[in-house]
Amino acid sequence: MLSRVADSVYWMSRYIERAENVARFVDVNLQLLLDAPEGQDQQWDPLVAITGDYAEFGRRYGAATESSVIQFLTFDSDNPNSILSCVRAARENARSVREIISSEMWLQLNRFYLMMNSAAQEPGGLDHHEGFYDEVKQAGHLFSGITDATMTQGEAWHFSRLGRMLERADKTSRILDVKYFLLLRSAEDVGTPLDDLQWAAVLRSASAFEMYRKRQGRISPRGVVDFLMLDREFPRAVQFCLLAARDSLHAISGTPPGTFRHGSEKLLGQLCSDLSFAGVDEVIQHGLHEYLDELQTKLNQVGLGIIETFFAFKTPHPGKKAARSAAQ
Amino acid sequence: MNFVSYEVGDFYDELLTDAKAARPGACHLLHSIESLPPGEFARRQVAAERALMQMGITFNVYGEQAGVEKIFPFDIVPRIVSAAEWTWLEKGLKQRIRALNLFIDDLYHEQKILKDGVVPRAIILSAQSYRQQCIGWEPPQGIWCHITGTDLVRHSDGQIYVLEDNLRCPSGVSYVLQNRQVMKSLFPKIFAAAKVRPVQNYPLKLRDMLEYLAPETVATPRVVLLTPGIYNSAYFEHSFLAQQMGVELVEGRDLVVEDGQVLMRTTQGFERVDVIYRRIDDDFLDPKCFRPDSMLGVPGLMEAYKAGNVALANAPGTGVADDKVVYAYVPRIVKYYLGEDIIVPNVPTYICAEEQDLRYTLENLDKLVVKAANESGGYGMLVGPHATKEQRAEFAEKVKAHPRNYIAQPTLALSRVPTICADHLEGRHVDLRPYILYGKEIFVLPGGLTRVALKKGSLVVNSSQGGGSKDTWVLADTPAFEPESANGAAQPVTNGRFP
Repeated sequence: MLSRVADSVYWMSRYIERAENVARFVDVNLQLLLDAPEGQDQQWDPLVAITGDYAEFGRRYGAATESSVIQFLTFDSDNPNSILSCVRAARENARSVREIISSEMWLQLNRFYLMMNSAAQEPGGLDHHEGFYDEVKQAGHLFSGITDATMTQGEAWHFSRLGRMLERADKTSRILDVKYFLLLRSAEDVGTPLDDLQWAAVLRSASAFEMYRKRQGRISPRGVVDFLMLDREFPRAVQFCLLAARDSLHAISGTPPGTFRHGSEKLLGQLCSDLSFAGVDEVIQHGLHEYLDELQTKLNQVGLGIIETFFAFKTPHPGKKAARSAAQ
Repeated sequence: MNFVSYEVGDFYDELLTDAKAARPGACHLLHSIESLPPGEFARRQVAAERALMQMGITFNVYGEQAGVEKIFPFDIVPRIVSAAEWTWLEKGLKQRIRALNLFIDDLYHEQKILKDGVVPRAIILSAQSYRQQCIGWEPPQGIWCHITGTDLVRHSDGQIYVLEDNLRCPSGVSYVLQNRQVMKSLFPKIFAAAKVRPVQNYPLKLRDMLEYLAPETVATPRVVLLTPGIYNSAYFEHSFLAQQMGVELVEGRDLVVEDGQVLMRTTQGFERVDVIYRRIDDDFLDPKCFRPDSMLGVPGLMEAYKAGNVALANAPGTGVADDKVVYAYVPRIVKYYLGEDIIVPNVPTYICAEEQDLRYTLENLDKLVVKAANESGGYGMLVGPHATKEQRAEFAEKVKAHPRNYIAQPTLALSRVPTICADHLEGRHVDLRPYILYGKEIFVLPGGLTRVALKKGSLVVNSSQGGGSKDTWVLADTPAFEPESANGAAQPVTNGRFP
């Protein structure tokens, strides 16, 4: 398939997943604040720190308050990672590949876009829009469900899943980071009932609460990290996402599993092994934040490698004759 | 809905005679419209609009906020063309295209027609769309104008005239196909009884024609459709045609020229491209050959084309036959190359570059439509009878300053077709754009885009100015065609109802 088309399908899925996850960040913070003890300051700047450009935010908004952060992450069209910007970008990408995706996918994406546009224009913002972030999550789920149910699971679909899974792995790790930032501020709370409540909120925002209960039972920081990072069967766990991304990458390149032909395959394979053989205690000992930080850096490299290998090559390789693929 | 209060007026009506009888072939349709329960017809109109919106058959509106897409308004009363009239039109269009192709080929080679003084050399050399670069080029199979959408109009005298030749990138055929789809689902019975000739094989014909242009050494040609991208107003059509033909939709940045071959970037490396249906103007095709600032094109494309390694449809340079002044010479062009009289006539045209015509034009501005040679979409135009004295004076100055750039034509009373206006029918003016493919042979799609001016009294059918469209039914067989006389074969009506 055309590189540009693969590029668009990949980013279409990534942006939808990103929009959904930004909604999860905001939601987890709102949940945590509901449980915060009286007198404790609201903490919104960590959200900006891990999702957006801190300097850019400071320059335009000044102090991080509930309303400024929510505006920045939800409706700010100058922030390329706001939910509104992500949905718009996803739709632009989808428009350029309308002949590749199913019409149901297009319809759902268009509906999502119209919903975001009308919410952005509501007077009074989200004050009277209860459950808005749930709607965003729902719209994201619906899109990926429709994608899996209506799109031929060939090369284009694999690019779509690759984008979605890499994005989700990155964002699940960042959801854990939100809690980390809050922990820093309130080290004395560790192990208290408040701490438990906060970890439960983290799980909920990754739609992981019930699934965690079945797997781990009692809520503990160790258990939550183990589950969200290393579980191989929970579809939002980092390990699960990376394994799925790896499968799609190999399906696209045709390289047998366990081997590699280009940089992104190698890196992603290594990352999967690292996680497979990492114990949760090592992760915690290493420092959760540092571990997550390294993971995110590697994920970025995988993403750049994919762009380089499949989308952005500029000139034909010297001496290599152009292949003529079989008649379509 | 019925025709009791319907007024034919002083115009030619495509479905009814002056005496409000059904024209040949329209009888069953009109009868069916009248026999539907009250409100049913209007309900189906709403259903049609909903279907078009859901199918995403929209066009982009320039100058509005990103993401604004509108449907091209659609009216469910079709226009009917009898089999005999179509036979005549088809013959005329084939004749015209054959002659224009010979003309373009001559202009870029020997220029016999200029040497013989049939078309003034100055007119051609000053045409904006004449490309010096194309001199001596040999397009595959000797064909320049592969896809044409000729605009036709019918005057109140009942005669069909050619209004414009669109040989560059005529658009609209996707609406023809989609309109038909909607009509078939809304009126299956009426449709079946009318014996309408099919249009649905157009994408197949188009692909066949494009494959015919591929270099002979290629066994399974790779055809692509080159679009300027999602912000182009016709992007929907590009993506629809690519999908229907089963070919890749590419943008300039997907293509690269290497060793005189056009290659496209795929995830598995570069693959060769043999035929490009380009929906980009000549100017933007190749920054190395035409406009150097073009971001849409492919550097080096023209070198690959000249080397015969890739075919382009339509061929670069074709637009010269699209110049409105050149248009005025088409009857002479047909005579010159084919030795035949033109079958479907031109609208009488005054060429302002010619002394006598210029004088006539300036003296009769209040009766004429004056058009700039290189504009389209209703721009750069003066409709004399509707203009103020000041506007006419202003336009006269422009014409005097650059007579070469203008032609003038009498104001036509375009024919009308009954059209839904809320709960009743009124006549609205229409034109007709059939699509012609020139490959191994010349194929005229039996149908075409009937554009309708939805505003009462308006003659402007362009979608940017309140125009809509109708399905065009070319009938497979109807009573012999007779130019409509006062008491033709049509049946008389009683009480405005059809028997």
